[in-house]
Amino acid sequence: MKISREDVLRVAELAYLELTEAEMETYRAQLDAILEYAGKLNELDTTNVPPMAQVLASDQQAEATLREDVIQPCDVARDVLAHAPGAEPPYFRVPKVIER
Amino acid sequence: MSAWTIQSVREAIAAKNVSARELAAEFYKRIQERNPLLNAFLTLCPDRASTQAQRIDGLVAAKKPLPPLAGVPVAVKDVISTRGIRTTCGSKILENHIPAYDATAVERLEAAGAVILGKTNCDEFAMGSSNENSAYGPVRNPVDTGRVPGGSSGGSAAAVAAGLAVAALGTDTGGSIRQPGALCGIPAMMGSYGRVSRFGLIAFASSLDRIGPFATSVRDVAAVLNIIAGRDPRDSTSVTTPVPDYLSEISKPVKGLRLGIPKEYFGSGMDKGVRPKITAGIEIFRKLGCQLLDVHMPHTDYAIATYYIIATAEASSNLARYDGVRYGVRVNGDSLLSMYRKTRGAGFGAEVKRRIMLGTYVLSAGYYDAYYLKGQKVRSLIAQDFRDAFQKVDALLTPTSPVPAFRLGERVDDPLQMYLADIYTVTGSLAGVPGISVPCGKASGKLPVGLQIFGPPFGEARVLQLAHAFEQAGGANL
Repeated sequence: MKISREDVLRVAELAYLELTEAEMETYRAQLDAILEYAGKLNELDTTNVPPMAQVLASDQQAEATLREDVIQPCDVARDVLAHAPGAEPPYFRVPKVIER
Repeated sequence: MSAWTIQSVREAIAAKNVSARELAAEFYKRIQERNPLLNAFLTLCPDRASTQAQRIDGLVAAKKPLPPLAGVPVAVKDVISTRGIRTTCGSKILENHIPAYDATAVERLEAAGAVILGKTNCDEFAMGSSNENSAYGPVRNPVDTGRVPGGSSGGSAAAVAAGLAVAALGTDTGGSIRQPGALCGIPAMMGSYGRVSRFGLIAFASSLDRIGPFATSVRDVAAVLNIIAGRDPRDSTSVTTPVPDYLSEISKPVKGLRLGIPKEYFGSGMDKGVRPKITAGIEIFRKLGCQLLDVHMPHTDYAIATYYIIATAEASSNLARYDGVRYGVRVNGDSLLSMYRKTRGAGFGAEVKRRIMLGTYVLSAGYYDAYYLKGQKVRSLIAQDFRDAFQKVDALLTPTSPVPAFRLGERVDDPLQMYLADIYTVTGSLAGVPGISVPCGKASGKLPVGLQIFGPPFGEARVLQLAHAFEQAGGANL
């Protein structure tokens, strides 16, 4: 068993996911099975293999294709706030973060 | 019920045999009849369609030149942003999300004259292989409504296969265009990584996600790719490599091309109904004068494990934005953190939470090297397999899916088994190469089988030529 209940709790905490007791056990068992399967990558010796950090060829990557940095109008604040949960234009409103 | 193609729509509109408005109305009527069962569309946008159809009819009336997709009714997967039109990603967490802008692919389709009918159902955040992970219920396969359409772009595939749209946009991260195309019996294409702008595509795994077309013929797939491909200054991963005219490239002869058959794609996992069709499909290419060569792609068997590490890691990062603050659903809590946790716990479905958990785990302190970094290294090996193969051959032929459409509910209890449905498609996703699935007969005379053709990076024209030649040679009726 690779994954313990404590691991599931820790990961749910990192991912800001509130899980039910039933979900905890389901995910524990499923993650365990998936990671067990993923262990097959250890059959490969990758000591001298570089990680694939880019999909595109070097002459196609972002630094070769960045657009000019010019100001463009972007007047969407009203639309964005119109569909935000509990907005108070021009602000997003959230529960109090700072305690006095 | 007549089967429209892009060309027949354009001709009928130009000849005034039908107006764009009449055609849109005909498709909405079809949708009204079939969608309650198929569940392919989540949202319809008749006002927007009507405005666009009027524009096209105005061009006809004024005898102005018609754009390439004039009046063509299309559907768009619901992970692609549409200004003013609800875009849910198949998730409860975005059930009320109305984007403030259009995706570039959508903008380009409309500029080319296409009429967007609505948004199609999909697995939540494009995570799934059966469309059963949608918060809005599964899509049914029009070929057999007791079966899944594949996923994650199941709604787009089903809509086109059922004649509810002439073409559709889907997205492919590990097979989500090609596999539903195969299971619904229509051509479906993923261009090279970087070929189509992803501006406005709601991200799942950014090093893998791609937008691409579904249609009822390879020619129509090429016609849509022609419009959506190309550099977009708003997406720095879209490349400046020139886009050829795929429609004029498509009819070029395929005789003499070298096609690789990687034996790793023909293992024991393949359904016994699929295998003889793929074998017969390969034989068609021999008759077309192509040279068939065995190639070795030794890391194929590691692709699923690699994919599910990398894709979930990226997903856990991309989906961190759904916190109930700026868009979508909020579940209130007594603190900011409690609001985040409750919102995400209630808003995401089971598969999305599973993948966020897995992705968070493989990126977390102490496990990063063992899983994520290892996955990135094996990804290099898989990409190298493709580079080596394309030294020897012009394209690769494989099955698209190991199985034809399975029954609804048949696989939902075992996520790992579901992941293995992507075994032949994730390789090309990891390598960044273009791939198409083209209909290749029917297993047991009933369920569609797809043949997959991979080309080298930016070799879309070659892939389309081969698919077109195969289709013309009767590949769908094997």
